[in-house]
Amino acid sequence: MRNTAIALVSLVIVFGGLAVAIVNAPNWPVVQTSFFDVPRIVESMPDLVDGFLTNVALFTIAEVLVLVVALIVAVVRSVPGPAFLPFRLLATIYTDVFRAVPGVVWIFFLGFGIPGLRIEGVPRDPFIWALVALVLIYSAYVSEVYRAGIESVHPSQEAAARSLGLSRLKALRFVVLPQAVRRVIPPLLNDFIGLQKDTVLVSFIGVVEVFRTAQIKQSGNFNWSYYIGVMLVYLVITIPMTRLVDWLVSRERRQRAAGGVR
Amino acid sequence: MTASMPPATTPPSTPPSTPAPTAARPALHIRGLHKSFGKLEVLRGIDLDVAEHEVVCLIGASGSGKSTLLRCINLLEAVDEGSITIDADEITALGVDVDRIRRRIGIVFQAFNLFPHMRVLDNVTLGPRRVLGTPRAEAERDATALLERFGLGDKIGEYPDRLSGGQQQRVAIVRALAMHPDLLLLDEITSALDPELVAEVLDVIRELAAGGMTMVIATHEMTFAREIASRVCFLDGGVVLEEGPPQQLFSEPREPRTRQFLQRIIEAGRL
Repeated sequence: MRNTAIALVSLVIVFGGLAVAIVNAPNWPVVQTSFFDVPRIVESMPDLVDGFLTNVALFTIAEVLVLVVALIVAVVRSVPGPAFLPFRLLATIYTDVFRAVPGVVWIFFLGFGIPGLRIEGVPRDPFIWALVALVLIYSAYVSEVYRAGIESVHPSQEAAARSLGLSRLKALRFVVLPQAVRRVIPPLLNDFIGLQKDTVLVSFIGVVEVFRTAQIKQSGNFNWSYYIGVMLVYLVITIPMTRLVDWLVSRERRQRAAGGVR
Repeated sequence: MTASMPPATTPPSTPPSTPAPTAARPALHIRGLHKSFGKLEVLRGIDLDVAEHEVVCLIGASGSGKSTLLRCINLLEAVDEGSITIDADEITALGVDVDRIRRRIGIVFQAFNLFPHMRVLDNVTLGPRRVLGTPRAEAERDATALLERFGLGDKIGEYPDRLSGGQQQRVAIVRALAMHPDLLLLDEITSALDPELVAEVLDVIRELAAGGMTMVIATHEMTFAREIASRVCFLDGGVVLEEGPPQQLFSEPREPRTRQFLQRIIEAGRL
């Protein structure tokens, strides 16, 4: 009870003090009109949300595709045997290259480069190429997450499955992957938060999404408040998701601690 | 014993091409088996025959190659040299379908190796459903019957984590039996159990032996080996140094190494 009271008083003093200091700073009025123009933010919100729907479409489709592509890459990298060497190599080169190069370079390269080839039948919609770029970049990261999960399942599990006569692929599908995927859900969601934020990068190749919408508005009247609107839209989506990931991680840790060493 | 013959221990039907079985058809032939891990040569020329319905116990110090031998029989380890034949079928031949072979050979591990993400019933039905293609309802009926027979009827819906070690090991045995194997390999299946849980697992093995299941058992339970084995093999330095009926091998071993080993076991109060 006493601690709660102290915490409250402390909160009021620190935050109140900060607020007073900021509002009374000599240049606060300029900052306020340029950054925190509430009427502008409110008025632009429908357009920003409309633009954000493009981001949502982009990351939703991308996430589904990433889950599949990354899994395939991870499985290819995990298949033993000399005959599969070229495929393992290809998958390794792919993950290395796509993780080593900044994402925005890939988005530029694919988004402008491929439509610029003017090849018959190849789509020129920047949305498509934005999607392809994001899927390729994030599949490289997520495949490593999957692979870590696959390698964390003890070899005795595969031995038990194979001893029943399950093929390598069936052992992977019914025994190894279900356990691996469960373990990697938190880091996987972390990568998805990154993907969701990186969807604004596609504004560079002419996809009109939330960031581009704010840019257009800002260039009209040199007011930066629209970007605060963008931040608000992102906070609403991203903060709950990070909290969910934190909760999943701590739950996983608790469960493992309860299970003890096996 | 009036219990009906369990399906898991039904002797394999004889293929029409092979001659009719005489007294005891050799189920398993091992000749000159070698296996190394890097520079360490674990098996240095194992010769072993196991006839149908025979229970062979492998004894020997830790590191004598008992587990490796069992893992080789189930092709979980690639053999370096030598051959393993089951019913005139050389399973160590090049290009052999290992999954087809493993279907006929069950193995139970020291550490159970149950699938933690599956309920007991699903652990048992995985093999029949995904390997043999048994329809779910039928596989579950069989599995339930087997689990009930070994006193696990009330654990069908549990996850392995919630079972005692003895129960987990019995589930693991049932999981192997559900494939109706011709041969069952048991790799020190009581070594990871608390002493009071050993008996319930050994009872299961007794019942299987009585039902005619062909088994190769790596074990440190000498009393049990003496009771259940048709033949005991003493492994030492990667070879079968001495083998014989349990009475002979335990009471009047020929080899000094065998005597030495048994002496140590007796001193440890395990025989």
